[in-house]
Amino acid sequence: MAHLNEAAVKKISEICDRYANETTPLMMILSDIQTEYGYIPIEVQELVSEKTGISVAEIYGVVTFYSFFSLKPKGKYIIGCCLGTACYVKGAQQIIDKFSELLNIAPGETSEDGLFTLDALRCIGACGIAPAVTINGKVYPKLAVSDVPAIVEEYRKLGGAEA
Amino acid sequence: MANVNIKIEGQPYVVEEGLTILEAARICGYEIPSLCAFNHGECSRGSCRVCLVEATGARGLVAACVYPVAEGMEIRISSPKAAAARRTSVELLLSNHNKNCQQCSKNGNCELLHVAKLTGAREDMFEGEKTPVTVDSLTPSITRDTSKCVLCGRCVERCKNAHGLGILGFENRGFATIVAPAGNRSFADSPCILCGQCVSVCPTGALAEISEIAKIDKAMSEGKHVVVQTAPAVRAALGEEFGMKIGTAVTGKMVAALRRLGFNKVYDTNFAADLTIMEEATELLSRVKNGGKLPMITSCSPGWVNYAEYYYGDLLGHLSSCKSPHEMMGAILKSYYAERNGLDPKDIFVVSIMPCTAKKYEKERPQLQKDGIKDVDAVLTTRELGDLIKRSGINFAKLPDEEFDADLLGDYTGAGVIFGVTGGVMEAALRTAYFVLEGKEYKEIAFTAVRGFDGIREATVTMGGMDVKIAIAHGMKNAKPLLDDIRAGKSPYTFIEIMGCPGGCICGGGQPYVRPSLLPNEDPDILDTYKDKRAAALYSEDERQVIRQSHNNPQIKKLYDDFLGEPNSHKAHELLHTTYEAHTERYR
Repeated sequence: MAHLNEAAVKKISEICDRYANETTPLMMILSDIQTEYGYIPIEVQELVSEKTGISVAEIYGVVTFYSFFSLKPKGKYIIGCCLGTACYVKGAQQIIDKFSELLNIAPGETSEDGLFTLDALRCIGACGIAPAVTINGKVYPKLAVSDVPAIVEEYRKLGGAEA
Repeated sequence: MANVNIKIEGQPYVVEEGLTILEAARICGYEIPSLCAFNHGECSRGSCRVCLVEATGARGLVAACVYPVAEGMEIRISSPKAAAARRTSVELLLSNHNKNCQQCSKNGNCELLHVAKLTGAREDMFEGEKTPVTVDSLTPSITRDTSKCVLCGRCVERCKNAHGLGILGFENRGFATIVAPAGNRSFADSPCILCGQCVSVCPTGALAEISEIAKIDKAMSEGKHVVVQTAPAVRAALGEEFGMKIGTAVTGKMVAALRRLGFNKVYDTNFAADLTIMEEATELLSRVKNGGKLPMITSCSPGWVNYAEYYYGDLLGHLSSCKSPHEMMGAILKSYYAERNGLDPKDIFVVSIMPCTAKKYEKERPQLQKDGIKDVDAVLTTRELGDLIKRSGINFAKLPDEEFDADLLGDYTGAGVIFGVTGGVMEAALRTAYFVLEGKEYKEIAFTAVRGFDGIREATVTMGGMDVKIAIAHGMKNAKPLLDDIRAGKSPYTFIEIMGCPGGCICGGGQPYVRPSLLPNEDPDILDTYKDKRAAALYSEDERQVIRQSHNNPQIKKLYDDFLGEPNSHKAHELLHTTYEAHTERYR
């Protein structure tokens, strides 16, 4: 556990202990860690493996299977572009491409200033308002490519003002 | 269990309830093409879709490997619809497969190629993106190539079932899915014990051993004095490489083949197994007498030693300090044998034929070399020896039976032979320990209580006025509870034998593949019986030996008289014993 500080080891151990009596505790543990730290690096997975007896390969498999979990720190604002069928036929690809161009990051990446993460999502169940985008849970319905620059600008200001 | 009436291809059968269609059909005499002919709970996902059949009562085609039979079910394997679906499934698998079959080490043993032929898969029916070729060849033991993986998951299950480890797992999702150690790291950077069980179940060339045949070619062309030694388990399985029935002992033909391959000397690792027993039994008795660390645990299996170093670093003091037999052989070849034959150790090249992939790593351990000279220079698996013999054009079946070279290190006993099966080292050690403590041979010779394939076996042997409690475990999953007891300070045992692979060396990761679909002349239950058949080959060789106790091996006696002094002497320690090192960081 070379890279984890004592406080983190303590916190993660505590999270693991919370579910000690569950038969299948992994999803709950990972979910709590993701919420607590915003990501689950492999060092943390090794600690979870030690605590639960589940192999690191299996934990890594779960972390990389669900898009909710992340191996790397995410940005302050997480932009989720739905690329489900309905959104896709309504031009979602052009929307995500525009975000990608303005933020200079590919889907799945986080901007260098740590402000934005761009995620491509499978159907988020909002087909009636396609194409849809969510930013930290707030839903932006029926977006057009021309709406994108103003949104990015808004969050840049917000992020800068808060920082 | 209740029976059900079913029909297959219109013929009525009565089969046990609860069987899958695949299992039921096999009993009735139908082999449905499948990639899980190895199905022993090691792939039960039904995800490859190779075994699709028609079954009444089901919606659409069903995967025979997971769909259970039911009363009145009518099954059609040969219907055009089912046959076409199976063919498409295989064509889809092939569409994302690196088809360099000619260069593939599984050429001849590939189950994917086998089902491709069975189903009549056509060339390049589906073109598209392919999983990139990424090869992990950083360990001396095992390679992994993602471009040949069909994601069946057998390796994942085997690692869990045999060792409780789960080094390999599925990563990512959708098309990006791969099977790999966490983080797609190399085996070298994960706490893998290199036993090769994953290789033995992989249906394709995705997992294979690192070949060392080229090293032998090089040594021979450089004019080195090349000495070969064979582990006991090899003779019990090598014949399978040449189509012989499982359980055929081929000791004499193996020796004849090795001689024709140009090795200067052909020795049996059994000689060194006897030497191991002399050292190990002496070490055990001295630990008992002098209050040393007990229980003492055997150290012949490099897979087990790797496991101990990764997971039980605090218990390394319990491992016998004895080198494994082939390493002892190497050390003796490069000292005693070199001296007697006027050879420079640098000019001797020692090749070990082993049923094991972890031995390839073991020989590279810094603890097993001195001044840059390794005890052993190359390790070939039983399968690689098969390749080498085939390459040379030798007709194995027609070879005469020949004897191992008899000079200096040629004698061996029945005790050495049984090292290849779980419980064998224990039994061999008991035969000698009994003699030392009682001053006479054990009347029955064989300690049958320690035989069999139960995961953990224990016995109490009375000798020298003591009740000696012993235990045997094979596969790390079985070893774990014994080790946890030692850690907790409540182990009742004096001596424990641990072997890395389930079944011991006869089922090692370097042994010939047991693929029922490719072995039409074996019984349908061969996966349940092959261990017993290979073990029987070794036990019967033990029974045929005139000398069956290591301490009665005349050349071992001579080796001590002329060279080593006595067991555990200073010289013996220098040459025949080793040290271990805990991995404090599980991931490097």
